[in-house]
Amino acid sequence: MTYDAGHYDVIVIGAGHAGVEAAAASARRGAKTLMLSLNLDMIAFMPCNPSIGGPAKGIVVREVDALGGLMGRVIDKTHIQMRLLNTRKGPAVRALRAQADKPLYLKEMKRLLENQENLTLRQGMVEKILVEDDQVKGVVTETKAAYYAPSVIVTTGTFMRGRVIIGDLSYESGPNNQRPTVTLSEQLEELGIEMVRFKTGTPMRVNSHTIDYSKTEIQPGETEPRSFSYETTEFITDQIPCWLTYTNETTHEVINENLGLSPMYSGMIKGTGPRYCPSIEDKVVRFNDKPRHQIFLEPEGRDTEEVYVQGLSTSLPEYVQKQMMETVPGLENAEIMRAGYAIEYDSVVPTQLWPTLETKQIDGLFTAGQINGTSGYEEAAGQGLMAGINAAAKTLDLEPLILDRSEGYIGVMIDDLVTKGTREPYRLLTSRAEFRLMLRHDNADLRLTEKGYELGLIPEERYNRFTEKRRKIEEEKKRLENEIVKATEDVQDIVKESGTTPLKEAVRASDLLRRPEIDYSYIERLTPSDIALTADEKEQVEIQIKYSGYIKKSLEQIEKMRNMESKKIPDYIDYDAIQGLASEAADRLKAVQPLSVGQASRVSGVNPADISILLVYIEQGNVARVSG
Amino acid sequence: MDTDTIAAISTPTGEGAIAIVRLSGDDAVSRANELFQGKDLTTVDSHTMHYGKLLDPETGEIAEEVMASVMRAPKTFTREDIVEINCHGGLVSVNRVLEIVLAQGARLAEPGEFTKRAFLNGRIDLSQAEAVMDLIRAKTDRAMNVALKQMDGRLSVLIQNLRQKLLETLAQVEVNIDYPEYDDVEEMTNDIMQEKTAEVRDEIENLLQTAKQGKILREGLATAIIGRPNVGKSSLMNTLVHENKAIVTEVPGTTRDVIEEYVNVRGVPLRLVDTAGIRETEDIVERIGVERSRQVLTEADLILLVLNYGDELTEEDVKLFEAARDMNMIVLLNKTDLDQKIDIERVKELAGDNPVISTSLIQEEGIDQLENAISSTFFEGEIDSGDMTYVSNVRHVQLLKQSKQALEDAREGMEMGVPIDVVQIDVTRTWELLGEIVGDTVGESLIDELFSQFCLGK
Ligand SMILES: Cc1cc2nc3c(=O)[nH]c(=O)nc-3n(C[C@H](O)[C@H](O)[C@H](O)COP(=O)(O)OP(=O)(O)OC[C@H]3O[C@@H](n4cnc5c(N)ncnc54)[C@H](O)[C@@H]3O)c2cc1C
Ligand SMILES: Nc1nc2c(ncn2[C@@H]2O[C@H](COP(=O)(O)OP(=O)(O)O)[C@@H](O)[C@H]2O)c(=O)[nH]1
Ligand SMILES: [Mg+2]
Repeated sequence: MTYDAGHYDVIVIGAGHAGVEAAAASARRGAKTLMLSLNLDMIAFMPCNPSIGGPAKGIVVREVDALGGLMGRVIDKTHIQMRLLNTRKGPAVRALRAQADKPLYLKEMKRLLENQENLTLRQGMVEKILVEDDQVKGVVTETKAAYYAPSVIVTTGTFMRGRVIIGDLSYESGPNNQRPTVTLSEQLEELGIEMVRFKTGTPMRVNSHTIDYSKTEIQPGETEPRSFSYETTEFITDQIPCWLTYTNETTHEVINENLGLSPMYSGMIKGTGPRYCPSIEDKVVRFNDKPRHQIFLEPEGRDTEEVYVQGLSTSLPEYVQKQMMETVPGLENAEIMRAGYAIEYDSVVPTQLWPTLETKQIDGLFTAGQINGTSGYEEAAGQGLMAGINAAAKTLDLEPLILDRSEGYIGVMIDDLVTKGTREPYRLLTSRAEFRLMLRHDNADLRLTEKGYELGLIPEERYNRFTEKRRKIEEEKKRLENEIVKATEDVQDIVKESGTTPLKEAVRASDLLRRPEIDYSYIERLTPSDIALTADEKEQVEIQIKYSGYIKKSLEQIEKMRNMESKKIPDYIDYDAIQGLASEAADRLKAVQPLSVGQASRVSGVNPADISILLVYIEQGNVARVSG
Repeated sequence: MDTDTIAAISTPTGEGAIAIVRLSGDDAVSRANELFQGKDLTTVDSHTMHYGKLLDPETGEIAEEVMASVMRAPKTFTREDIVEINCHGGLVSVNRVLEIVLAQGARLAEPGEFTKRAFLNGRIDLSQAEAVMDLIRAKTDRAMNVALKQMDGRLSVLIQNLRQKLLETLAQVEVNIDYPEYDDVEEMTNDIMQEKTAEVRDEIENLLQTAKQGKILREGLATAIIGRPNVGKSSLMNTLVHENKAIVTEVPGTTRDVIEEYVNVRGVPLRLVDTAGIRETEDIVERIGVERSRQVLTEADLILLVLNYGDELTEEDVKLFEAARDMNMIVLLNKTDLDQKIDIERVKELAGDNPVISTSLIQEEGIDQLENAISSTFFEGEIDSGDMTYVSNVRHVQLLKQSKQALEDAREGMEMGVPIDVVQIDVTRTWELLGEIVGDTVGESLIDELFSQFCLGK
């Protein structure tokens, strides 16, 4: 029989990247929060690559940080290498990527959580979610502890009926031989929640001592101090390199000869894998004209000899994995410490969720992370944060937080998931964002800190620092819009130095800054500011002025989108009763239940005429109410 | 509600002597006023009508004579400001007016949109709401059908190809952004991008050209008959009209000197314009005619210059050759039944590459040769109208123009050194606009392209 183990405002099941952010955000909003997980030594474990950030994903980390989340702060303290990517491209697509010290990352995350007010950590396998009349009541663990809460967030990742596959070997398991979760998956199905089967995979890890690095190319880190978090003040400067090598024709021969043994091709794997993370056998088959594929050797930490072999993700039998490596320069004698494998798991069809990540079916039940059909640590963290914020709001009767597509990659991701769903594990890409010039790595704080502060996720002191920064940027922009640079000899010298054409007459400083060759450092020399600006602030001034034309265009489009977004669809709407609505559109709308006309317009199978009709129908209701 | 200004032809097409283009929206009056030469429409009383001229904003020239009615909110059909531009009832005029209004910045109204606005602004009572929705559905379906029918299968293929070209370029930009560590993907540089976008821009430009040709097919090749008095211009017109079935007979407009007739010559529709005769004159009434003639001349697609075979070449004839220089021209030596006085060598010299045809209209001679010359001028011998792709739908033309603009913006950005991922915003826009033509704007295609074209992942 169960025993009453305590009452909470919010319970989080799982301590992966989604779980930890959910728990911390909920606690920071003031909800008494319990985080339950299988193994407290595996908090925020990275089952795959030892890396955080990258294009789009790195921007999510910054957004999480701007809303008070943990990921940025933790990786800033525990990386072995950090780089700013796409520096030669425009500001919209720059992003940070860090190589993580995996064991250290886990430890630091655990420390932060242990010291989080309002948060309780407990080890335990949740067996069942308590539901009465479609309303969540709590959870029960396999040791029969019953915990009660009006809001529960499920973040159980790839554990849901997980099955590991290597060659013809297959067994029920979570990632890295952890116990799988079977009963929860079954229960969700019983509750009427539709699930799909996805798969992913990971490459082998090898012992560093057995790699011949002389046959590989070095990939050093950067010495420039960088950080994800706006709170970080100390930077790690001794960076550890990664290494680059390649597969070759012989490697591909080995793979081709053994294709029959691959569970992917033998039909043993039924789940849908992500296209952006193909296994090496996939790559060789689909791109058979490519003579070689890149392999990055990434250390898993400072105090471990394990090295992650990025590029060789595979579910071929272990001995084939060994044969494959023997053909790769530098890896000829590499010893496999852990073999690569594929994993299949259940995930929730995400169109069953509200944009708050609450399920439509069960009141108070939220899901976040890989369970929602995404893949990736950052995607999980972003959803976890939002689910935590909203679950706390639900219990405490506070304002929920929904980010729209112009406010953050987090908004783009969640809108995509709940509006369109996904047919494969979903990964964020910059191309998914229509306003990516606005969703920059450099302005995540300007976009979100205000919101974070309003919701109580950002401390007063940090908020004050932020408003000061914002004020200085605005002031400097205004100054440059008014400042006239005269075409004196001194000025012309500096102007010429930049490589741009000399001034014909006096110009506004802001117009000068719009020239491609001129960056803020020149402006600074031509017309120094009275106030001391930080590097971040200067960058902000430069980007906002330089791209003002494009930014203005984006803002106009955003305005249009918001206009449609602001037309709310009442929850009592009966799509079948709307005359003229195409029946396919009505079916899709019934399934997705969009909250606004804007969201409705993004549902697949709904065309502009349907949207017009919907608009008229909704306005009709408004008219009726006004005149009645 | 959106209050951007929408416009559409609000009279049935091809019927009636007068057609109306209607604008509705917050800035309907100011927009119309910008195009209108006459009274300041922004200050006239509501519900009044004014005579004036409509200027083509692209050329700054006078395009049409119109009457504009100004009706201010709220006592209008849509409860927004409305301007109705009344023009000549033919397809040519009304389409021209619509195009001008759209070029100025009004948006082409969606099917049923005026009615929708009327409803949303509370003009139509509640019980009519469902009728409105039916109307939108019906009109949309019909418009789609019409658009589909108007859309040549070849056009659709062409647009799809252009989109594919852009998509490949975009995918390459994306892959450089999302997978910067992959060294085997060619870096998409501004140079490559310039090259690719130039190809697409040229093709869009070509399509817009065919839109013009398509328009000629629909509206007729504007053909001006010029010549000194009495050389036989009116006779030529009569002959052509008599020989060929007139398609439409337009009422002579407000000018008494220019007469238009529509005829079909061997598959080439001609809009014949007989001018009052171009020559220097002090007579005020005649002058108006001459002004008009000069204008007719510059707008003409084809000039038929008539000379008198039985007369010496005059100073005036030479001036006419000059006025028509660089234009498509056919020279007629009329009245071959008379004794030759004209210097044929000189005429051929003046005519240059243009054909010179001898006729005697009175004896009905040389008319076949003339018609052959007309037909081959348009089809240039080899072009057979069956093989051409015409863009004819106003919406398609509008979208093509916008696509071209977006692409020009992208190219301007590249020239100014704007980073490629920012330039890409405009290229993506082009791709979306082209997608609207073929009714395909599904967002996943780029990501699909990305992963099918490049080998990525761990
Ligand atoms: C083999 C493999 C390869 C991957 N490859 C990639 C890749 O290449 N690229 C990429 O971006 N992402 C990859 N991922 C995905 C990435 O690891 C996940 O997206 C991310 O970790 C998901 O975070 P999460 O918090 O949703 O779930 P997880 O990190 O899986 O965390 C789930 C948590 O729930 C707990 N839990 C599970 N069941 C219960 C229960 N019943 N009771 C209590 N606690 C429970 C677990 O202990 C764990 O703490 C891979 C994952 C795996 C397993
Ligand atoms: N002899 C002769 N007379 C012609 C010919 N064509 C036209 N005319 C006459 O020339 C006169 C002027 O013709 P018209 O068509 O009115 O000339 P317009 O002033 O150029 O329009 C009329 O009397 C016609 O009958 C022709 O081929 N031969
Ligand atoms: Mg005459």
